[in-house]
Amino acid sequence: MKLITAIIRKEKLNDVLEALFDVEVQGLTVSKVIGHGGEAEKIETYRGTTVKIGLTEKIKIEIGVSDHFEERTIQSILKSAKTGEVGDGKIFVSPIEKVYRIRTGEEDEEAVTPR
Amino acid sequence: MSPSINSVDTCWLLVSSSFVFFMIVGLAFFYAGLVRKKNALNTMMMSFIPMGIVSITWALIGYSLAYSDGNLFIGGLDFAFMNGVGLEATEDGGIPRILDFLFQGTFAIITTALISGAVVERIHFRAYMLFIFIWSILVYAPMAKWVWGGGLFEHLWLGQAIDFAGGTVVHINAAISAVVLSLFIGKRKDIGKLAMLPHQVPFTLLGAGILWFGWFGFNGGSAYAANAEAALAMANTLLAPAAAIICWSLLDCLYTKRVTAVGLATSIIVGLVAITPGAGLMSPLSAILIGALSTFPCYFIIMWRSRTAFDDSLDVFGAHGLGGIVGSLLTGLFISKAWGSEVDGSYLQVLVQAIAVIIAIGYSAVMTYIIASLINLVIPFRVEENAEKQGLDIAMHGEEAYTEGEGALLILERDSLAVKNLAEQNL
Repeated sequence: MKLITAIIRKEKLNDVLEALFDVEVQGLTVSKVIGHGGEAEKIETYRGTTVKIGLTEKIKIEIGVSDHFEERTIQSILKSAKTGEVGDGKIFVSPIEKVYRIRTGEEDEEAVTPR
Repeated sequence: MSPSINSVDTCWLLVSSSFVFFMIVGLAFFYAGLVRKKNALNTMMMSFIPMGIVSITWALIGYSLAYSDGNLFIGGLDFAFMNGVGLEATEDGGIPRILDFLFQGTFAIITTALISGAVVERIHFRAYMLFIFIWSILVYAPMAKWVWGGGLFEHLWLGQAIDFAGGTVVHINAAISAVVLSLFIGKRKDIGKLAMLPHQVPFTLLGAGILWFGWFGFNGGSAYAANAEAALAMANTLLAPAAAIICWSLLDCLYTKRVTAVGLATSIIVGLVAITPGAGLMSPLSAILIGALSTFPCYFIIMWRSRTAFDDSLDVFGAHGLGGIVGSLLTGLFISKAWGSEVDGSYLQVLVQAIAVIIAIGYSAVMTYIIASLINLVIPFRVEENAEKQGLDIAMHGEEAYTEGEGALLILERDSLAVKNLAEQNL
């Protein structure tokens, strides 16, 4: 089992969700995050106070998948989140030690939503 | 003897002017609540910037083109640069000329601001500024002459078109210009791709409430005196939107099974717009009827519009255009001598109203298209695709509506060169 963590553009969330649902990846968690990834900085001015906004709002998607779902999940994110400009984001893949489904007490492969 | 100033009427018009001015703030909130978070400031700015621009164009030449002697189509230059706009009473008596200028000036500002609702989230702010500068002089002022300055609409072939507080010159005029400008600029890139939801519905309700409040001055002040006609206009300003709320809510129940807040806010505007052309000239029961009847076409057009690619983003046509047209036509039927009108309602009067409506539509459509085409040669009307994606708050103004300052680094003098480079990149 793998934990796939993707950091993507805010405005790409809908496209990515649609792509994931298309390949039947249905169990996921989405959070709003801020971060820095080499995008162009924004300049804002408020009554003479000029600031450089170094952090950009991003979306983090976390998905626990069984091994044979790993490749198609990654491919669909790679395709749907891409614009080609700096700031498209990253995908991190890490091993999972243990998974439980709270409702039933099922473990591991039985417990991740795309089995 | 020259006409004298009536201090009671003057007092009422002073108050009314402030009421109408406050409507602009209401409109800013009404519109801002309906757009996405990243465009909230830009949307409000498009209502606020006419406070500056249109006030000045009105002083320089607008008021003169609307209210000084001239021909049927346009006033002269007698009042240009505020020349002769002073403390003396107007010919009709009652109030000083400078107050007439002030009261009508607030109408010019709110009318211009109305247009912005159809072009939010994609219009270039500088092009918009130039547009309203020219529009307020070449479109608003002449039409105000036709309606209130002894011009065309008071001398139509079959009689005089009735427009108590501005159904044609304010609402139909702004809405048709909004439609043309929206078609000229094109739809937003996300139309049909993303769900674009109102970011702050409480703002929209607040705005609708402020607009209704201000409208008491808009319609009540249009009686131009502190008298029974003003009282009737204000009572009708209460009743027509009230009827519209009920009808709209019932339609909502029928079609979406729930009474919606955005729907209620919209119905208030529709009812207000519909009663505007005949507010002080018809019975309160007629006002209730006009408010109720106006909701049907507006409701169905607005429901239908959101499923098309026609991006009149905040339904300026559905509310102000159609509401104004229905209100103007029904005014021809409902006005009554018993309630202070000079003529009774008749089918002939409806025909006269229809002629005025058609002329108004034609003039604002053609003029808006010409002005927009000319401006587009100088400044592109549409923002870059990246700016539209990023949101116009940052792209146009370099500010955000809702920021907690996370990740904001203070820039000091020594970095100023770097800032300049970055700011240019952002454009």
